[in-house]
Amino acid sequence: MEILFLAIVLAPLIGAVIAGFWGDRIGRVGAHWVTSSGVGISALLSLYVLSGFITGSREPFNGSVYTWMVSDGLHMEVGFLVDQLTALMMSVVTFVSFCIHIYTIGYMADDEHNWPEGSLAGTNSYQRFFSYISLFTFSMLMLVMSNNFLQLFFGWEAVGLVSYLLIGFWSVRPTAIFANLKAFLVNRVGDFGFILGIAAIAMYTGSLDYSEVFKAIPGLADTQIQIFGDSSWSLMTVICILLFIGAMGKSAQVPLHVWLPDSMEGPTPISALIHAATMVTAGVFMVARMSPLYEFSETALSFILVIGATTAIFTGLIGIVQNDIKRVVAYSTLSQLGYMMVALGASAYAAGIFHLMTHAFFKALLFLAAGSVIIGMHHDQDIRNMGGIKKYMPWTYWTSLLGSLALIGFPGFSGFFSKDAIIEAVHHSSIPGAGYAYLAVVIGVFVTALYSFRMFFLVFHGKGPRDEHAKAHLHESPKVVTVPLVLLAIPSVFIGYFTVKAVLFEGWLGDALFVLPQHDTLGALAQSVSGPNEMISHGFHGLPLYLALAGLVTAGVIYLAFPSIADTIKKLFKPINIALEKKYWFDEAYQFLFAGGSRNLGRFLWETGDRLIIDNVIINGSARSIGRFADRIRNVQTGYLYHYAIAMILGLLLLLTWFVIAA
Amino acid sequence: MIALSDYLILGAILFSISLAGIFLNRKNVIILLMCIELMLLAVNMNFIAFSHFHGDTIGQVFVFFILTVAAAEAAIGLAILVVLFRNRLTINVEDIDTLKG
Amino acid sequence: MTFELFVFYLFSFILVAAALMVITRRNPVHSALFLVLAFFTSAGIWLLAEAEFLAIVLVLVYVGAVMVLFLFVVMMLDIDVATLRAGFINYLPVALMVAVVMALEIFVIVGPGNFGLDVYPSPPPLPTDYSNTEALGSVLYTVYMYPFEIAAVILLVAIIAAIGLANRTRSDSKYQDPSLQVKVRKGPDRIQVVKMEAED
Repeated sequence: MEILFLAIVLAPLIGAVIAGFWGDRIGRVGAHWVTSSGVGISALLSLYVLSGFITGSREPFNGSVYTWMVSDGLHMEVGFLVDQLTALMMSVVTFVSFCIHIYTIGYMADDEHNWPEGSLAGTNSYQRFFSYISLFTFSMLMLVMSNNFLQLFFGWEAVGLVSYLLIGFWSVRPTAIFANLKAFLVNRVGDFGFILGIAAIAMYTGSLDYSEVFKAIPGLADTQIQIFGDSSWSLMTVICILLFIGAMGKSAQVPLHVWLPDSMEGPTPISALIHAATMVTAGVFMVARMSPLYEFSETALSFILVIGATTAIFTGLIGIVQNDIKRVVAYSTLSQLGYMMVALGASAYAAGIFHLMTHAFFKALLFLAAGSVIIGMHHDQDIRNMGGIKKYMPWTYWTSLLGSLALIGFPGFSGFFSKDAIIEAVHHSSIPGAGYAYLAVVIGVFVTALYSFRMFFLVFHGKGPRDEHAKAHLHESPKVVTVPLVLLAIPSVFIGYFTVKAVLFEGWLGDALFVLPQHDTLGALAQSVSGPNEMISHGFHGLPLYLALAGLVTAGVIYLAFPSIADTIKKLFKPINIALEKKYWFDEAYQFLFAGGSRNLGRFLWETGDRLIIDNVIINGSARSIGRFADRIRNVQTGYLYHYAIAMILGLLLLLTWFVIAA
Repeated sequence: MIALSDYLILGAILFSISLAGIFLNRKNVIILLMCIELMLLAVNMNFIAFSHFHGDTIGQVFVFFILTVAAAEAAIGLAILVVLFRNRLTINVEDIDTLKG
Repeated sequence: MTFELFVFYLFSFILVAAALMVITRRNPVHSALFLVLAFFTSAGIWLLAEAEFLAIVLVLVYVGAVMVLFLFVVMMLDIDVATLRAGFINYLPVALMVAVVMALEIFVIVGPGNFGLDVYPSPPPLPTDYSNTEALGSVLYTVYMYPFEIAAVILLVAIIAAIGLANRTRSDSKYQDPSLQVKVRKGPDRIQVVKMEAED
């Protein structure tokens, strides 16, 4: 049993180590074979584990494989908790990762063009890239399979590290360096909250093990603690919000979302793997995994609900005005992550995880399709320069159409089930903020359809590419690119239909998720619908479907049929347009406040603190004053023997005098 | 009878004389060394006197050790003096100020 | 005044006078000889205090060894006495003042009031068969064994140091090196006897 899980985790690590350390020995082919097969093994075994859970032949496993250290009764271990939730995550992560390994072979084939001639950083970049993505798979598996908070934190930081490395993969581009530093710093903010939360858990429960912590939690539900002065805080709320701050950083929720759009500086496979399908969902997974904690803090749930809803609607709106193909998808990711958070806030953890899964497939698909278009356009990412690509890239066109339909929640597609479930769950929720969240997610459906199809129409329909040169070279991407697209398109379309009933209504996730009866929104939903077909028919009676179709039609009208309308609207709502284009000035505010503030603080500390006080006054000043003092005092040292002798005698005389007087 | 204070006062006078000697012969290292011998003699005088009046031989043991160390000191001091003279051709203390700060 | 006291005062007078001579004589040789006198007289005073062994040691070690060393060095070195005496008179008042003040201060402490006969009565004379040397030896070789040995080491160190300081190898001295002599080879190293025609 343990061997199986160890193999799943270690196969990608071994691939990463071999490709990373011996990349130039094994060459490009060796590197992509060793890493892809590592992840492939991992994916196959994960699917085997998952099938065990589906057929019911497998029991959840919880055990430690290695004790790192024991300090003051606190066990720090490496262990695995594999239940339905974990198996689902493992399968999604390894499957998407495997597709992306294959896709990368095509995408990175001519990576040397991205580096300056003879650049040292550019040597073996291909092998390094494969090493990184395999390492990422390992980290993510450690994160999701963990049975304790320490390992969770390890995985959490490890995926952050790999994300940092990959956003700045093209390290010769200043924008990439800026973006990866930004991602790293913003994630630090979240991680700070996260580790404080873990510390609080360790402090109050004395354990880092999930099962022990969850056992202890109901007893701590009413505990109040004092943090600042005498103000009393609910322990559970403090812990949950601290952990959620970590999730906000990793899953890019407002206001810690600013790093995700910039992370598109990395190569497209990375955007698909890390910044759309898997890593950013770590926050969602974590909150779902911690459902036994969150259930005891309604305040934290409300907080999640409001943050998630805000993210869902407002980042979606930004997506409408973006012109970079990858950034549109990135904002779409932010918006969808907001949906998942809303689901968690409404205690519909299963719906959140379900959306995570479906989203992983269709968002990876959309990203890879975008990457395919980018390859075709010779790394031009501006959608205003595209158009009419449909006839040149049929595979890409059809797969991204499926992906877009899944994204907007077209009935029958996987996105429909997950998104509809979320909307309905929020509708049934009664905690503070639920009304706002419901409004946000419903409007969000329209926005999602609008930006998705705006991009889709601008890229694939209309007049051909502006650039005649690009037009001449435009052709379908190679098989290694299109095959993963097809591989991902299949679950994007069908997986929702076949799994919705089990995951949402039959409690397939089992004991992994914990919901208090008064929060059971999915249970309330299950009373009206109980299967995919019913959901579809129910969907036709609801508002969201028509909003989605309205969005689709609006996009078609504005951007396909009458492009002039777009300009008119732009002029009409100029302030709003500017606000959207400036992304609500988050970046500017952060750069002015935090970056500028810390630069000013640093400059102040440097000039006043370091150079003036420490260098000048303390170091040079003390040296100078000692020098001056020594200049005077050196005259005492005449070098003449008798002066020393006389000094001794006079000293003796003084001592004797004192002795006599004292006596 | 000879009082203890007589011995001690004799020691004090000897000590003061050698002190004055150090002042007066400040340039002549040889006389300086002799003055130090004289000082040690004064100190030894006190030890002997106390030993006598207390009926305790330990004072004499100390004198014994002081004599030993003084002999060693004189030997090394004179050796240094010889080397000094050989190198500088003088024993005038005024010419020796290499340690001047 | 007992005979003992008379001897003590006599010796004390000679001792003080000799000490004064030591510090005032122009010629260091005279100073050294007066120092010898001072040692002799203090040895006499120590005899009065029943420290016979140390009195003898003082004469043997100091007069016999240390002072001879002094005399030897003084005579060996070519000393310009005139410059060394410069400023002698100038410092006399200061020296006198310091010495007198110090002596007075010590008198205050060790004067008859604190250490007189009524405070410390004179100890009874030791029996005639008492051996000061034996008494000293019996403590020195038992209780003070380690300090005694350390003193021996100090003397050894002093010997080595004195030799090391004063010794110098002369570069122009001639000597034989047997190890080089035995290594001489036939051809280049040996003296070659050349036969030449006698010139007429």
